[in-house]
Amino acid sequence: MDFGWPSGHGGNTLSAMTNEATFVGLARALLLAALAITPPLSLDAQSRDIPRTASGKPDMNGLWQALGNAHWDIEPHAARPALAMQPGPVIPVPANEVLAMGAVGSVPSGYGVVVGGEIPYLPEALELREENREHWLERDPEIKCYLPGVPRATYMPFPFRIFQSEAKVFMAYEYAGAMREVYLEDPGPPQVDSWMGQSVGQWEGDTFVVKVNGFNGQTWFDRAGNHHSAGLQVTERYTMTGPDHIMYEAEIVDPATFSRPWTIRMPLYRNIDPNARLGQFKCVEFVEELMYGHLRKNPIR
Amino acid sequence: MDTCARIRSGRRRPGERPASAGRPGGGGARWVGPLLRALALAAFAGGPWPAHAAHAQEKPDPDWVVPRTPSGHPDLQGNWSNATITPIQRWSEDMDPVFTWEQVRAIESGAMSAREAANADSDPDRGPPPVGGEFTGDPLLDAASGGTGGYNAFFIDSGDRIAIFDWEPRTSLVVHPENGRLPQLTEDARAWFAERRRNRGDMGAFDNPENRPLAERCIMSFGSNAGPPMLPNYFYNNNYTIVQTPDHIMIMTEMVHDVRIIRLGEPERLPKHIRPWMGDSWGRWEGDTLVVETTNIHPRQSLQGIPPSEEIRVVERFTRAGEDRIHYEFTVEDPLRWEEAWRGQVPFNRLDGLVYEYACHEGNYALENVLRGARAEERRNR
Repeated sequence: MDFGWPSGHGGNTLSAMTNEATFVGLARALLLAALAITPPLSLDAQSRDIPRTASGKPDMNGLWQALGNAHWDIEPHAARPALAMQPGPVIPVPANEVLAMGAVGSVPSGYGVVVGGEIPYLPEALELREENREHWLERDPEIKCYLPGVPRATYMPFPFRIFQSEAKVFMAYEYAGAMREVYLEDPGPPQVDSWMGQSVGQWEGDTFVVKVNGFNGQTWFDRAGNHHSAGLQVTERYTMTGPDHIMYEAEIVDPATFSRPWTIRMPLYRNIDPNARLGQFKCVEFVEELMYGHLRKNPIR
Repeated sequence: MDTCARIRSGRRRPGERPASAGRPGGGGARWVGPLLRALALAAFAGGPWPAHAAHAQEKPDPDWVVPRTPSGHPDLQGNWSNATITPIQRWSEDMDPVFTWEQVRAIESGAMSAREAANADSDPDRGPPPVGGEFTGDPLLDAASGGTGGYNAFFIDSGDRIAIFDWEPRTSLVVHPENGRLPQLTEDARAWFAERRRNRGDMGAFDNPENRPLAERCIMSFGSNAGPPMLPNYFYNNNYTIVQTPDHIMIMTEMVHDVRIIRLGEPERLPKHIRPWMGDSWGRWEGDTLVVETTNIHPRQSLQGIPPSEEIRVVERFTRAGEDRIHYEFTVEDPLRWEEAWRGQVPFNRLDGLVYEYACHEGNYALENVLRGARAEERRNR
């Protein structure tokens, strides 16, 4: 398959990443279906087929969502009974805290979105990742409905909407009501650290390139304990490969955590239901019992 | 956590009849009232006042042309603020709806002087504050810090200008009823609140997280910032970002990073039982005015202290009124709550600067400590 993606990012070509093995289940089926009904996606075809704004830029307005299981674990992983486990008499079994969830709490497999398969952790950072996994229930910011950061916001199992005008680009995520403006003029170094970082975007041809920094170091990449420091710098690339697809790529640079820059890549799909809309998932109130239940006058557990 | 456990918990609880509470809606009126009163008195006592900070009389700019998007509609985009020292409700029914420009100069200069005084360096040789906190007499500062110095003036951005609408300096944001005050609650609403109070029995304000105000829980801003209707909170962060596409208007309210998505046209509506916090909004252009209707507002939202009924309908009108101003008008209809519809007019002034992330829940130590403190107090009194 050839998406006509400009190759050379991080030394990996898109075609390597789009091996059959890279996509799973529905994602692959949808992608193949899309390819079946559209001409082969050379750059020329892209230019013709994608919607454009008044000034001729690719028009990314719409409701987008990643498919697949990157939100569980961005690295290749087999299905497993649960994220929180405990030793069993024969093999490990789900931890008591998640046992009641049964198969709903099980982790589906994923073939990973990390180009090259593995995150190049420094040794101590890898240790911390393993520790994070052991303490997933206490440590994953998603459990407490904290803002997801970038790039995690992109592939949460929720849609997000891009608002794109000539003057502004803004992304609103269903999960936790997270959002960010992508500044089209660089305001200079971020004035404060934040959960979602400071985003500055510009068009390089038909690719919208967003540089994000100014993070506070408290966000993760997924539910598998993959982490970074406050020095994280993300370079995202949004390239429409057809009217209903964006190829999303994020290069990760964080010398305090990783031995070299690395990249994740995945397609984003437009929700083509004409009535599709961003739902509200203000989960702050959903986690009050978890976070504050023990401080009730009469605790219910 | 942001502020204001104090300011919020000190407010009238839902269910208290606003009209009988003397100053319905509380909000800014609690402290803006006294401030305005004091400044207005000073204004009439005679000058001179420093003229540097105050509004000059405003007039339309005859050369101004409405900026438009490629689709031809007025361009509402950018960062805006509705901070003002004009209260939501007129603090006296006897007041005129409009200040004189002389009064405006006096009030704004007085507010600026008060701010400068509050920002002055503290005496490094001052003694420790008294047990229980030190109250300044400024209701705003005292509410914010509980007399402990938790917030100093630097963090407060409550507005320092009178609201100018249609080139008139206004004495209230509410313009109907004509006395500039919220209408009476209906009999049914009063009965409903009374019953709710009975059902709550003797539950205390600190018994459960759900007994705390929405803003303290980081669920919504205080003061109906996100609305609708979108009103100033008279404390800080009254900032908004608007992005406009051919089929959507996005309004982000800084506090609590709340995104309102207004679909243009006649899109499919939500079923009655789905009630998002800011409701279900759709809009259309009427000439150069964006008209937005909203229904389905969350039953636990608070609109000037009153939770909306399932029949609430808010109509908002956005009109670009100058290079640096949007005229924002709204009508609230909720026949199960209010005896009549009420209307307001609020200027949104251009915000010269960026809007930064308002992460609230992620650092909400206050809610935890409020509850923890209540439990500690119970143990001590046992």
